[in-house]
Amino acid sequence: MTGKTLYDKIWDAHLVQQDADGTGLLYIDRHLVHEVTSPQAFEGLRLAGRKLRAPEKTIAVPDHNVPTTEGRDKVIENEDSRIQVEALDKNARDFGINYYPVSDVRQGIVHIVGPEQGWTLPGMTVVCGDSHTATHGAFGALAHGIGTSEVEHVLATQTLIQSKSKNMKVEITGQLAPGVTAKDITMAVIGRTGTAGGTGYVIEYCGEAIRSLSMEGRMTVCNMAIEGGARAGLIAPDQTTFDYVKGRPHAPKGAQWEAAMEWWKTLYSDDDAHWDKVITIPGEEIAPLVTWGTSPEDVLPITDVVPEPSSFKGGKVDAARRALDYMGLKAGQKLSEIEIDTVFIGSCTNGRIEDLRAAAAILKGKKIKDGMRAMVVPGSGLVRAQAEEEGLADIFKAAGFEWRLAGCSMCLAMNPDQLAPGERCAATSNRNFEGRQGKGGRTHLMSPAMAAAAAITGHLTDVREIL
Amino acid sequence: MDKFESFSGVAAPMPLVNIDTDMIIPKQFLKTIKRSGLGVNLFAEMRYLDDGSENPDFVLNNAAYRNAEILVAGDNFGCGSSREHAPWAIKDFGIKCVISTSFADIFFNNCFKNGILPITLPQEQIDVLMRDAEKGSNARLDIDLENQTVTTSEGESFAFEVDPFRKHCLLEGLDDIGLTLEKATAIDSFEAQAGQARPWV
Repeated sequence: MTGKTLYDKIWDAHLVQQDADGTGLLYIDRHLVHEVTSPQAFEGLRLAGRKLRAPEKTIAVPDHNVPTTEGRDKVIENEDSRIQVEALDKNARDFGINYYPVSDVRQGIVHIVGPEQGWTLPGMTVVCGDSHTATHGAFGALAHGIGTSEVEHVLATQTLIQSKSKNMKVEITGQLAPGVTAKDITMAVIGRTGTAGGTGYVIEYCGEAIRSLSMEGRMTVCNMAIEGGARAGLIAPDQTTFDYVKGRPHAPKGAQWEAAMEWWKTLYSDDDAHWDKVITIPGEEIAPLVTWGTSPEDVLPITDVVPEPSSFKGGKVDAARRALDYMGLKAGQKLSEIEIDTVFIGSCTNGRIEDLRAAAAILKGKKIKDGMRAMVVPGSGLVRAQAEEEGLADIFKAAGFEWRLAGCSMCLAMNPDQLAPGERCAATSNRNFEGRQGKGGRTHLMSPAMAAAAAITGHLTDVREIL
Repeated sequence: MDKFESFSGVAAPMPLVNIDTDMIIPKQFLKTIKRSGLGVNLFAEMRYLDDGSENPDFVLNNAAYRNAEILVAGDNFGCGSSREHAPWAIKDFGIKCVISTSFADIFFNNCFKNGILPITLPQEQIDVLMRDAEKGSNARLDIDLENQTVTTSEGESFAFEVDPFRKHCLLEGLDDIGLTLEKATAIDSFEAQAGQARPWV
């Protein structure tokens, strides 16, 4: 008999029922909820007179819409945003779910709060009405984004109708070079496979370079599995995982911890497991990367130049032409000469403490370029408090960064943090789509250290020159 | 949900690859707490100019495609966020079927929940359908879910695959929450057994 992958094991442990046609009913251990994709789902429950099946397994936090400036717990000025946040307040109260309101220091981006509070544990199934739910895969949890109809389905039944994905192994061998980070790993994979390369798969990331990452780094890697088209990204839990989880408010304790550990230690892919696709990238070959276009697959080393659209194939030729036009770039231009006016450090991809440490290490004792607008938006109130305690906030402020309150902020620009048309941003977030950070805004994705370097020089910069 | 019936409709060509959910429905329209009324904002940033007037170069502003019920699109349609506002906007505009070589996973799932049929076909067949769609409103495609075929205005027919359960739900207009609630006993017993095996969850 063939062995099982980690995905197979988690799937099997959560399968309530499987129909003859292969459709499975999967039990959901944790359901995370935010204000933008949930109001219609709660409304649907009310209209149908249905109950919420497992409020104790449901966790809500407002993050997408919330301003990141002081005073937001008193009033949110944008009326539509305020209505959505108030709707979540009310739904959380009415249905009795776990809730971290804007006024709570534990509030933050849902994918940062979940792990931080110990809601996310190895071997779980975790869903949320947000594509970056893939983040939680860093714990060896099967985690993926769902639409609002599925949010309603999970609220009502604590299950999800699913067909099983295929298994893909992405191995990053060896070690990363100095100046290269988890963000560069995940961007390198997307650069290799394309944004549809993972469609139909669950990816398991493995190899020495992955094992060497902290939990923060692993979350960054899994976070962008969705940008590669995969349903989920996974990393098998190990001592790094267990050390991170232990002692978190909702992590098991005492005898339950021991019992959990026994199961968690079985959560790995068997040597003889079947893989439908395998990709191997030597860690040493990964350089600090940036995006040049309007798709996360438009990835190149910072030492490279803007590509010629005709060098692509099929529909990508026109897409690249359109991207260069939108981005205001010319083929052949050196990436390191692209000037920027905005820097955004934050998001569920790179808004954790390690990310802020990496950026602060570059910025210490330096100033951002004159006229640069730069902001740090910590991923949660607790990340923010820790960064203040470690003196990172002082470094950012002394360098000229704005030091904001937690939220999704300029990653998707639903709150007031937006780019104006033509503005160009070095961003640590996950999507460089047209208009993503504001209509007409231009986004270059990169690691926190690279974004910090760009803030100092005013153009995309090889962080290795500053190290 | 309404039952999905076979129909003949105008198909709008959108050959661009990687049409993402931010293009389909920009974030400023996600601040609604309702499902309805998003059609006017479908593809807003491509469809309207800065002054709010229609962009004459955008396909759905072309008289031939204003009432399009089908989209023929480039690879990896619907990539990006999980926002169901994307299929809500598509449906509200009047589009019932999207055809591409590939779809992003979450968008694909979301379509079925909203009575939209996403059809995946190989590149050569997409090329044929794209050329047919480019002929304007006289060229209508026939979409037959029951028999799983797309037929061009020239009578050329392509078979497509669809998950049997999803096909059944579309054809019958079924609400899958209701279907799953009928399995409450199975969920109860799973919960009891899993609660014993993994009490920390």
